[in-house]
Amino acid sequence: MKYESQRVAMPYFIFALILFAGQIVFGLVLGLQYVVGDFLFPEIPFNVARMVHTNLLIVWLLFGFMGATYYLVPEEAQTELYSPLLAWILFWVFAAAGTLTILGYLFVDYATLADVTMNKLLPTMGREFLEQPTITKIGIALVVVGFLFNIMMTALKGRKTVVNIVLITGLIGLAVLWLFSFYNPGNLTLDKYFWWFVVHLWVEGVWELIMGAILAYVLIKITGVDREVIEKWLYVIIAMALITGIIGTGHHFFWIGPPEYWLWLGSVFSALEPLPFFMMVLFAFNMINRRRRNHPNKAAMLWAMGTAVMAFLGAGVWGFLHTLAPVNYYTHGSQITAAHGHMAFYGAYVMIVLTIISYAMPIMRGRPYGNSNTAQVLEMWGFWLMTISMVFITLFLTGAGILQIWLQRIPESGEALSFMATQDNISLFYWMRLVAGCFFLAGLIVYFGSFFIKGEASPAEEVRGPATEDA
Amino acid sequence: MAERFTKSMARNIYLGGSAFFVLLFLALTFDTQSRAMPERDNRDQLTEQVVRGKHVWENNNCVGCHSLMGEGAYFAPELANVFDRRGAGDSEVFKAYMNGWMNAMPTNVPGRRQMPQFNLTDQEIEDLAAFLEWTSKIDDNGWPPNIEG
Repeated sequence: MKYESQRVAMPYFIFALILFAGQIVFGLVLGLQYVVGDFLFPEIPFNVARMVHTNLLIVWLLFGFMGATYYLVPEEAQTELYSPLLAWILFWVFAAAGTLTILGYLFVDYATLADVTMNKLLPTMGREFLEQPTITKIGIALVVVGFLFNIMMTALKGRKTVVNIVLITGLIGLAVLWLFSFYNPGNLTLDKYFWWFVVHLWVEGVWELIMGAILAYVLIKITGVDREVIEKWLYVIIAMALITGIIGTGHHFFWIGPPEYWLWLGSVFSALEPLPFFMMVLFAFNMINRRRRNHPNKAAMLWAMGTAVMAFLGAGVWGFLHTLAPVNYYTHGSQITAAHGHMAFYGAYVMIVLTIISYAMPIMRGRPYGNSNTAQVLEMWGFWLMTISMVFITLFLTGAGILQIWLQRIPESGEALSFMATQDNISLFYWMRLVAGCFFLAGLIVYFGSFFIKGEASPAEEVRGPATEDA
Repeated sequence: MAERFTKSMARNIYLGGSAFFVLLFLALTFDTQSRAMPERDNRDQLTEQVVRGKHVWENNNCVGCHSLMGEGAYFAPELANVFDRRGAGDSEVFKAYMNGWMNAMPTNVPGRRQMPQFNLTDQEIEDLAAFLEWTSKIDDNGWPPNIEG
């Protein structure tokens, strides 16, 4: 750690991981409710558990992105953070607001929550992923503005690197697009159209800039490859991401009211959306092959390769599987969507946050060359258990989806099975998904365990050749 | 990548490409919203009751279990075509169906997925029915493939 103020990333990472654990526990509740329909009913109905599961994901990824930003921006800019105090204040504000919102979901009836938070004044609640009370949404906006101010003041007074510029561009995009969450017209088709400005343009737009920047930073650090090379790759990747992803939004406009030309635009551009993710795989493996140092933090290197591969599989391959309009006509809103969503979020965003945590946490804990060998081995066990479990969750949901489409979607009206009858027929896949989910939890526990392993930190590395000044 | 391909060329592709596609997306959005959608979303029938129904839908987080036009959760049936599926395309039949259904929840059949009792007033149920009826009439390029959603 080169600057003392980078340490403010620590509480962000720790809190992110705590919320991650909560997300997984509620994921298991949902998995069980899929097969034992009345599990925890009426105390925690499915919609409440799902809202907790997805909102925890969003909030902990935001904590992870913020932690990553506080860690890497000062080092890239070669200056202390503008205001560590502000970063601490915003941490507590965001943590308190997030916790209160989740507790509100769990302990207050949703309609009552809408009532007491005065949703009537500016109705924004009750839409998928944007279930937060309006007051929480305003709180998120304010926290992000304060965070951006702190980060930009830091970046502006120091060295301007491509990593910092791309990361901050992504974060500004995140903040600006969030404003669409406040737009909720009475016309459902308009509501849906602009809802995607938040959801799609986050995960298939500006978040890819954030992911690319974090990956580039970690690769600079662990491979010692010249920054010029890495920055060139980063530009190509984010160019691909935005060139394909922006018009690619059209793959969500097929069946919600917009005109037919979106069938073509959405299909063609979103079919190209795997390209940036494929480039990320080439990027990560090429840089690691050309590394000029053997960084002793092998776990971080594994996460960096893993996130590129899994993002390509989950977002790229599983996205492509159902993105062409004639295919999507049958798969839209089926378990195929759920399969894609799980692996894409895990591969791209969960794993990039775990990558930067794997790299930065040991340094902040006084182990500049990474954790002890035992701790790293345990962390890598966590990596494989969680990642392989997620592959199986995805495969089982894909199986469920294919069968669902076969029974419920493809036959003519009158011959097709009803939704509920179909669900009964595919429950075996849901059981297997639940088992895979339990293995994921086991992997998470192993991963957490790796933080508590003591022992000698990794010794200094062997340098393959002249390392760059950055590394 | 070959040395001839420089970092500034990569940056220019990024800046030029994203600027172009942002503008194209805005132009397409303008065309979709101003020209196409009024023809397709039957907004002349978007009454105050329909909007009230949308708020009933939102305030009870219906999308946390159901999908609507394929978006939402996949735990309970698609509802954008429930007006056709359960109401046979008739407003009165559908209202009566909705009233019976909402008041019968939860079924409490052991092991089955349960829909909570939302304690809606008769007026709220009528509003919700109006919202779902309006939704069923949006031109959505013929989705879903059949009546089961």
